[in-house]
Amino acid sequence: MTLTAFFQYCLVGISIGGIYALIAIGYTMVYGILRLINFAHGDIFMMAAYFMIFAMVDFMIPWYISMIIMIVSTIVLGVVIEKLAYKPLRNAPRMSIMISAIGVSYLLQNLATYLFSALPKQYPQIPILNKTITIGEVSTSIATFITPIITIVFVVLLMMLIKYTKVGMAMRAVSKDFETAQLMGIQINNVITVTFIIGCFLAAVGSMLYFTPRPSVFPLAGSLPGLKCFIAAVFGGIGSIPGAVLGGLIIGICETFIKAFGYSEFSDVFTFVLLIAVLMIKPTGLFGEKMAEKV
Amino acid sequence: MLSIKDLHVYYGGIHALRGVSLEVPDGKIISLIGANGAGKSTTLKSIMSLVAKTEGSVEFDGVDITKYPTRNVVKTGIVLCPEGRRVFPDLTVAENLTVGAYLRKDKEGIKADRDWVYELFPRMKEREWQLAGTLSGGEQQMLAVGRALMSRPKLLMMDEPSLGLAPLVVKDIFAIIKQINEAGVNVMLIEQNAKAALEIADFAYVMETGEITMSGTGKELLASDEIRKAYLGE
Ligand SMILES: Nc1ncnc2c1ncn2[C@@H]1O[C@H](COP(=O)(O)OP(=O)(O)OP(=O)(O)O)[C@@H](O)[C@H]1O
Ligand SMILES: [Mg+2]
Repeated sequence: MTLTAFFQYCLVGISIGGIYALIAIGYTMVYGILRLINFAHGDIFMMAAYFMIFAMVDFMIPWYISMIIMIVSTIVLGVVIEKLAYKPLRNAPRMSIMISAIGVSYLLQNLATYLFSALPKQYPQIPILNKTITIGEVSTSIATFITPIITIVFVVLLMMLIKYTKVGMAMRAVSKDFETAQLMGIQINNVITVTFIIGCFLAAVGSMLYFTPRPSVFPLAGSLPGLKCFIAAVFGGIGSIPGAVLGGLIIGICETFIKAFGYSEFSDVFTFVLLIAVLMIKPTGLFGEKMAEKV
Repeated sequence: MLSIKDLHVYYGGIHALRGVSLEVPDGKIISLIGANGAGKSTTLKSIMSLVAKTEGSVEFDGVDITKYPTRNVVKTGIVLCPEGRRVFPDLTVAENLTVGAYLRKDKEGIKADRDWVYELFPRMKEREWQLAGTLSGGEQQMLAVGRALMSRPKLLMMDEPSLGLAPLVVKDIFAIIKQINEAGVNVMLIEQNAKAALEIADFAYVMETGEITMSGTGKELLASDEIRKAYLGE
C-alpha cells in the first residue's frame, strides 16, 4: 500500500467512522436517560433518507431546503415514536419498553416497504457534496472530507450543551435519578424529548452524509448501519458520548482497512466479533461506568 | 401553612395512607415519627405528587395543591429533601446546588442563597468542585439540605436527615435545622431518631400503619408513657 493510498483510506475510514459516531450518539444518549436501547434508531436513520428523496425527487425542492425539511421530519418522527411507543411504558419493566422498541423498528421497516416499495430508490445527488477535491495527492469527495469536521463540530457543541447549559445539567440529573430530578422541578418528559431531538438530528445529518455517496436506499438500509452504531456505542461504553464517538471511529477505520486489504466480506463480521470480544473482556466498554441498576 | 386532610394513598393493593390529616403552621418545626413502614415517606411523597393520592386534599397558604404536578408544588414553595440524600453523584457540589434552584430565574437571589448555604455548611464551599458522589455520607446530607434550600422554600420537608450519620454529625444537622427554621423556613421533619425529633419539634405527630395515632407538642409526647415505651425504648 502506498502512502497516498494509506492516507486515502484513513480519510475514508475516519469519514465513515464519523457518520457511525453521529448515529451512535443517539443510541448512547437515549440509553443514558431511559436505560433503553432504541432499536428503532437505525430505522429512523433510514426514514431520514426517504424524507430526503421525497423532498428532493418527488417535490423537486432545492437540496438545502430539502435538507431542513428532512431534518425536521426526522426529529418529528423520533419524538412521535417516543410519545406513542415509549412514554406510556415509563413505569413498566425495562423489558417491555425494549420490546416496544423492537416493534417500532419492524413497524418502520414495513411502513417504508408499504409506502416506498421494497425496490431500492436512488438517493438524490447533492451537487456540492459530490464535488471532488484534491489535497496533496489525496483526492476525495467533499462529503468524505467534511464529515469528520461536521462530526467534530457537533460533538463539541453537544458536550458543551451537556456541560454548561441548564438543559444539559437537567439531562445529567435525570440520567441518574428520575424521582429526585422531579423534586428539583425538572420535567422528565421534556428532558427526554430534548434527548430524542438531539439523537434524531444527528441521525438525520448522518443519514445525508451516509447515503450521498451510496447508490440507493431501501427499507432495510438502516438495519446494518444501525446495528454497527449500536455496537460502537457498546464498545465505547453505552451511556458515554465520547465513548460512542471513539467506538464509531474505530469501527469505521477498521472496516475501511479490512476492505482495503481485500477482505470486504469480513468487514461486517468484524463488527460483530468486536461486540463479542467487548462483551467478554470488558462489558462496560471503553468509557463505560459500572452497570449499576438505576435506583 | 400546610394543611393536609384525610389523605389516602394506595400502592397497588396496599393501602399505605388511611386518612392522614396534619398541619404545619408558619414558623414552626413539625416532626412526624413512626415505625418503619408506617407511611411517613409516603406522606411526604404524596404532598409532592410523586405518588398519586386517591382521596383527600392538600392545601398550602390557602391554595389547593392536591392535583398540582411535582414541578408546580415546588413552585408554590415546598421542597422535599428525600430519604437517603439522593445527591446527583456525577454533578459537582456547585452543580447540585444549581439544580436545586432549577425553577428560579432571579440570579441575584440564587447567588445570595448559595452564599447562605456555604455559610451554613462551610465544608460545601471547600468542596465546591468535588463530585457529589465522592463526598462522605454526612457531607452528602449537608449537600442535600443545601440543595433543597436553593429553591428558597417556604416549607422544607426532610425525610430522615440523620439516617446513617455519626451522633456528632446528627447534632450538627439538627442545629442547622433550627437555624434554618429561625431564618423563616417552616420545617417538617421525619425521623427514626424519635428523641431528637421530639426535642426539636414545636409540634409532633405519631404515625402507625398509615394513620396518625397521636399528636402533641414535642414536650408532651416526650413525657408520654406510650411514646417512651414504643419509640424511646425506655
Ligand atoms: N413504591 C412502593 N410500592 C409498593 N409499596 C410501597 C412503595 N413504597 C412504599 N410502599 C409501602 O408503603 C408502606 C409505607 O412506606 P413508607 O416508605 O411510607 O414508610 P416509612 O414510614 O417512610 O418507613 P421508613 O421509616 O422505613 O422509611 C410500606 O408498607 C411500604 O412497603
Ligand atoms: Mg421512609
